Amino acid sequence: MNNNNHDIFITDTGETYSASPEDTLLKGMERLGRKGIPVGCRGGGCGVCKVRILSGQVRKGRMSRDKLSEEEEAAGCVLACRVWAESDVTLAVIGQMGKAVRRKNVAS
Amino acid sequence: MSQKDVLRPGHVCIRVLDLEEALVHYRDRLGLIETERDEGRVYLKAWDEYDWFSIVLREADSAGLDFMGFKVRDKEALDRLTKGLEEFGCDIERIPDNELKHCGERVRFTIPTGHSIELYADKEYYGNSTGTRNPEAFIEDIKGMGAHRFDHCLLYGDDLDGTVKLFREVLGFDLTEQVVDGDFQIGAFLTCSNKAHDVAFIRNPEKGKLHHVSFMLETWDEVLRAGDLMSKHDISLDIGPTRHGITRGKTIYFFDPSGNRNEVFAGGTTWYPDHPVITWDAAQLGKAIFYHDRQLNERFLEVTT
Repeated sequence: MNNNNHDIFITDTGETYSASPEDTLLKGMERLGRKGIPVGCRGGGCGVCKVRILSGQVRKGRMSRDKLSEEEEAAGCVLACRVWAESDVTLAVIGQMGKAVRRKNVAS
Repeated sequence: MSQKDVLRPGHVCIRVLDLEEALVHYRDRLGLIETERDEGRVYLKAWDEYDWFSIVLREADSAGLDFMGFKVRDKEALDRLTKGLEEFGCDIERIPDNELKHCGERVRFTIPTGHSIELYADKEYYGNSTGTRNPEAFIEDIKGMGAHRFDHCLLYGDDLDGTVKLFREVLGFDLTEQVVDGDFQIGAFLTCSNKAHDVAFIRNPEKGKLHHVSFMLETWDEVLRAGDLMSKHDISLDIGPTRHGITRGKTIYFFDPSGNRNEVFAGGTTWYPDHPVITWDAAQLGKAIFYHDRQLNERFLEVTT
């Protein structure tokens, strides 16, 4: 185990996983085959892996503004595929897969 | 009409979060050739395309589709189509010659699903990589996956009925395949050529979304090699390699560094205007989309930019 790793605690599932500083929060979870944060494009474009950082420090990459508003970012939200842990992190999952394909029974 | 006024998909402008990162993906991994740059935009083409560019990358603070452009037969065709669009009720924006370098005047309009679509008659000739006089059948110095051409887009939006009506009745496209829930159309695959699709739409509550930009490869082996390259270069994989029931294409889906979905595919059905429309029932959607494992995939259906 790499001593530089940080523990990432997902409050929604009660799970903790260990992420390398080189991996984004999302990639660290995927690498261990763990679940909890929805996995979308992994490039900061689709917004399904949105989480709120409740405690800990993260470094951020570019994230699509139409999927993460300035207000959300100011409130501690990030896209897990574009942030790297710089300490142990506790987070809550915000994003989810929508129901994009509209079926007859939900058509307006 | 023996020949359609709309010839083919001509270009797509994709918003990316980091231009240089995107360029590594589209140039070095997909194998496109950089042919031009201007402020904040890079122009690329595939090795077997003749016109100056087919892909434009624009750096922006959000990912997604700026616009998709179709090349039309000539100026007269552009005028005829523009008149038809105005009669349909579209607001027409004329974008002057050379606003996109090497491209003539573009006629831009918003379709009922919210996407910006353009028509243009002229783009400067660049030439493909093999030439046109006694050409070789392939090139050796190709990068990455070696995409042969930009082929089509799949777009998500709300007013599917309006967009399908516009493409069929005004632009002269044929419906090749569709997905239905009873008599309610969920997806429409449209062609202006004899390809299985030149553009496709899926009904979705949000307007103007991009599902994927697709590039053609020649063989299943090339699709598998693309999969190898995705692992080697740690490209975000969506699904595949697999095969579609719809269009019968052999395919792999992945994401560019800004989260825009790409496809590389090989094969697919041939369309002739006297062919019947192929219809897929929503209950068979798993098989329609992923012919081998027949399981619907949430990410594939629901992640867009």
